[in-house]
Amino acid sequence: MSTYILGSETPESGGNDIGGAGSASYYLPDGLPTPIADPAALYGPYWEGTRQEKLLIQRNPATGSYQWPPQWIAHDDHSFDLEWVEVSRKGIIYSWTRVWHPVHPALTEAGPYIVVIVEIPQTGGVRMLGNLLGDPMQKVEIGAEVEAVFEHHETAQPPFTLVQWRTTGPVEQRPDR
Amino acid sequence: MNDRSLRGRVAVAGIGETAYYRHSQAPEPEFVMCLKAILAACADAEIDPHDIDGFASFSEDRNDPMALAAALGIHELRFSNMQWGGGGGGVAGALANAAAAIVAGLADCVVVHRALAQGQFGRFGQGPRIAGVPREFALSLPYGQMSPAQFFAPMVMRFMHEHGIGQEALRAIAMASYHHAQANPRAVMYGKPLTEEKYDASRWIAEPFHLFDCCMENDGAAAIILVSAERARDLAQTPAFVLGAAMGSSHRAPSSPAASFAIPDLATSQFKPVAKRLYAMAGIGAQDIDVVQCYENFTGGVLMSLVEHGFFKPEEAAEFLTLENLVAPTGKLPLNTSGGNLAECYMHGLGLQIEAVRQIRGQSTSQVQGANVALAVGGPMSPPVSTIVYGSEAAL
Repeated sequence: MSTYILGSETPESGGNDIGGAGSASYYLPDGLPTPIADPAALYGPYWEGTRQEKLLIQRNPATGSYQWPPQWIAHDDHSFDLEWVEVSRKGIIYSWTRVWHPVHPALTEAGPYIVVIVEIPQTGGVRMLGNLLGDPMQKVEIGAEVEAVFEHHETAQPPFTLVQWRTTGPVEQRPDR
Repeated sequence: MNDRSLRGRVAVAGIGETAYYRHSQAPEPEFVMCLKAILAACADAEIDPHDIDGFASFSEDRNDPMALAAALGIHELRFSNMQWGGGGGGVAGALANAAAAIVAGLADCVVVHRALAQGQFGRFGQGPRIAGVPREFALSLPYGQMSPAQFFAPMVMRFMHEHGIGQEALRAIAMASYHHAQANPRAVMYGKPLTEEKYDASRWIAEPFHLFDCCMENDGAAAIILVSAERARDLAQTPAFVLGAAMGSSHRAPSSPAASFAIPDLATSQFKPVAKRLYAMAGIGAQDIDVVQCYENFTGGVLMSLVEHGFFKPEEAAEFLTLENLVAPTGKLPLNTSGGNLAECYMHGLGLQIEAVRQIRGQSTSQVQGANVALAVGGPMSPPVSTIVYGSEAAL
């Protein structure tokens, strides 16, 4: 394992072996590292929200500023009293890559696949990461509108839900372009 | 002179390397290679290895200072230092830390070292093989976003999008490294030239990176010895003086690449504020630099680093980044004259630092005639980033 990716602190090993059933509906095959809501105080609300098809992120109630990924402390006024709020499931593609070279055994036959970084409007620039559903060879446009799709991994132990993204219509039909 | 400056007060006295190997091909343990590189640097400087009194490294180098000090039997360890951060972001920072220790009187003879044996310890470009991941890793790795190429690709994609920069700019950077490697027998890609056709036909790794936009992974070791400027003038080699150094990151850049998608300013090498401080300390600007060694984790990082070090505006990238402009000795800005991380060796950028010193000494295999000022940029996009500029006696 590369310490460059994971840092010196070794993650706790998860018990999240995913069952094979239903895997045909997942964007990427089974066998990739699965999410652990750890530390629970910091990541629990987000992962619980995805189970209910909600996007929850942190906000500082005193200043109204959003932040993501979650932090113990508010970036702006250094308060430790952050709240969790639901935000729009619609976003804008901020950047992307199409991955061709597999770096994990589960991905050997999976490529290419698309990773998008999505900005959530009205959050002061909060961004999230996921896969862009659909044709892996589709033309990806920075600025295109996308919406969250909740990919439920019900047979995993424990079950979890990944937030994926799909474009909300043909790019050329959008009035702002 | 401002007291709070490194300018002209410390110099590189010795450089040393083992042979460079393809990844996992090292014939001996990493620690042994590290010792051999240090001994080679001592021999180059004509310094007794027992007189080393400090060690500085970066990127969680596994060869800890006490083990090296004990093995080499140095008289007394006075300084030991590790620059935070992964990859090669900290390479120039390790040199800066060593230089600062000498200026401040903590130590007199500090060696900066890096050694890699990936067969012994594992590869960088492979994703982690674990069942579950916590924290920010859970926000990236389950999406197949788990290697340096993948983490950095969207930063470069955004930069190219914002400024209308095409693939040819990245290709020219790759071509320059391979061009210079053909003159450098130490280079792993010596005898393996790259053509535009070969670049264009190479497979994608993660768009916008083709295979030849990505650094190699290598085994080997490198070392640089720093002493005070006064002492360096009495030693065997032409001193390469530290003119300035700086390290850091932009606002709210996380240490973990798995959270890098959230950096407020995504499309940056992280050198915007850092390069300003470098030039302020060195008392020079981009126009004063004769030759550049710029860390290629990926060519797109070089593109952004050169822009943020002030060599050209983003909109001028296509015009500036041509092979003709980037090759020694005739180019406008000779770049990565040893072959760099793409084609000489990926020693997390310490090889590029050594090449900058060679240029000041006049010892490069692709020498820029009369080079007095050499910039050596550490790993971009991998904060804390770091950068350093060396000069000859004439540059002081």
